[in-house]
Amino acid sequence: MKDMALDHVLSIKDLTVFRGAAKILDRVTLALGQGETLALVGESGAGKSTIATAIMRLLENARVTGSATLAGEGDLFTLSERKMVKLRGRRLSMIFQDAGTALNPSYTVGRQLGTTLQRIHGLSKAEAWKQAIELFTSVGINDPEGRMTAFPHQLSGGMQQRVMVAIALAGSPDLLLADEPTSALDVTIQAQIVRLILQLTRERGASCVFVLHDLALASQACDRIVVLYAGQVVESGPARDVLERHRHPYTRQLKSCVLEIGAKDLVAPEGTVPSHDQMPIGCRFCTRCPRAVARCADQAPPLVPARQTATGPLDHHIACWNPE
Amino acid sequence: MLFKALGKIAQTFVVLFVVSVASFGLLKLAPGDPIQIMLGSEFSQASYDSLRAELGLDQPFLVQYANWAIQFVQGNWGTSYVARAEIFTYAFKEALPVTLTLASFSLLFAILVGVPLGVLSAIKKDTIFDAGSAVLALTGTAFPSFLLGILLIWFFAVKLQIFPVMGYVSPWENFWLGIYHMILPGLTLSTYFIAMITRLTRATLIEVLEQPYIAAARARGEPNWRVVWVHGVRNIAMPLVTILGLQLGVLLQGTVLTETVFNLPGVGQMLTSAVLGREYLVVQAGVMMTAVLFIGVNLLVDLSYPFLDPRLRTSK
Repeated sequence: MKDMALDHVLSIKDLTVFRGAAKILDRVTLALGQGETLALVGESGAGKSTIATAIMRLLENARVTGSATLAGEGDLFTLSERKMVKLRGRRLSMIFQDAGTALNPSYTVGRQLGTTLQRIHGLSKAEAWKQAIELFTSVGINDPEGRMTAFPHQLSGGMQQRVMVAIALAGSPDLLLADEPTSALDVTIQAQIVRLILQLTRERGASCVFVLHDLALASQACDRIVVLYAGQVVESGPARDVLERHRHPYTRQLKSCVLEIGAKDLVAPEGTVPSHDQMPIGCRFCTRCPRAVARCADQAPPLVPARQTATGPLDHHIACWNPE
Repeated sequence: MLFKALGKIAQTFVVLFVVSVASFGLLKLAPGDPIQIMLGSEFSQASYDSLRAELGLDQPFLVQYANWAIQFVQGNWGTSYVARAEIFTYAFKEALPVTLTLASFSLLFAILVGVPLGVLSAIKKDTIFDAGSAVLALTGTAFPSFLLGILLIWFFAVKLQIFPVMGYVSPWENFWLGIYHMILPGLTLSTYFIAMITRLTRATLIEVLEQPYIAAARARGEPNWRVVWVHGVRNIAMPLVTILGLQLGVLLQGTVLTETVFNLPGVGQMLTSAVLGREYLVVQAGVMMTAVLFIGVNLLVDLSYPFLDPRLRTSK
């Protein structure tokens, strides 16, 4: 375990986030290796975006406990804001859900990328301009020179998201957080953008946390998957294990609601996520779980290895008292 | 964009026409006879009639309006019966610059103080500083400006004797002495606007700072001051300019009291004495000048939108 911890670019331990009385993240633990791609999946409200925002230390009106260790920097939650400002854009960076609102409407996209390059690399205006055009080319923006002087509203959704990707990569970060980068886009563009982000992070040897709600897309695109339910990690492990050899009942439900072409029925998990004042003390999924047993309601299951092999426990974990 | 601008300018002329007819008509309906005032307490019917004819006051309303309008556009605004001076010189060349100087000085001062104060209140939301600025702003809006003016004169001019009690020196002739004479009246007139701009800046900036592009700017490592001043304040320009344009009326209204308290020979003081003396033509000149100013500034506000918000540029 100790050797693995050294390789981790990011390791989050017992991340808990309170918003008022509500515990919107509960003891979230996960780790991410160098060059690895990790997907956070779950229904909306599961706390996926909260994890990404918490890592960036951009959560407002929230109380955060636990730790998030970035290799070489220590616990992000104990760093000064000054230090955080230096890390953002350089070692950590984030792509937002809707590029249309995440780009400042008052400045041209070239200026937004250019000033970022100037600030991070200490370039002159002319050098930054040149490099911005190169970056625009690498994220697949056609007519990059012409687009430099365009305002965000003059670009299509896909182009806006490409600009966001370029800005996020401007400082060559080790860790890229992509918060549902495709949910505001047309289906045909979604795959392009996901592929682009993966290709660019791999080229640069960066690690990437993808927030997704689509398990199928997650398993195709990412090395590892973390399944969240109502702020708790229910299952985590290598993408294929989680998709094909999952042991948590929620993962099965999540997988079964992926609509496949030719499927006769639309399967949806029954019930809804309980509100925070009615959240069970134990496993938060117990109110909707077909396999729930007596202890589920009042004892929170710990995250334990999903199966043992001859060589020891696999890196596949579940939090369940009655796994499949 | 050009077409739109021309449309707006055409609209402006329609508004000006309506304002001029209305002000001309309303003044005709006002009680009081200017001829009687001019002639004094004793006069003969013959001299009354001849003066009436001489001034054209015996003509029908529309003829009187048309005559006035044609003359007005040519800069021939008539003679002040009381001041015995050309109104164009008296109102446009002498009074208007005083009011413009006072108004622009106050507005500039209010922006320079109000915007930073509002920005600080917004980023220090719900702290002692914010609460203190809210109390100050409320006091500023509620405090009557004539009382504040008198208090300022009493303290700074009479007690400390560091500012002149009253009077006007044109900053175009003697810049520093002009500014020196403008400080107390400017402070008096701008109090309300400092308060209003502070609150408006705070409210709009708080809303802007919740936008995703602000979080995105932080996420790429922009330092806090840049996030607030470059990404935040840039996007409050439009609501701020809009409200300031509309509040220009309040500003011009405020000049009347301020000019009276500080004895500045501006449009406000001119209008006060003209209304009391029932000098139609002077009142009209004053109303038309303020109307043109108000409508003109709001036209400029309208025309400035595409520069303030790129999304309103229709081309491409």
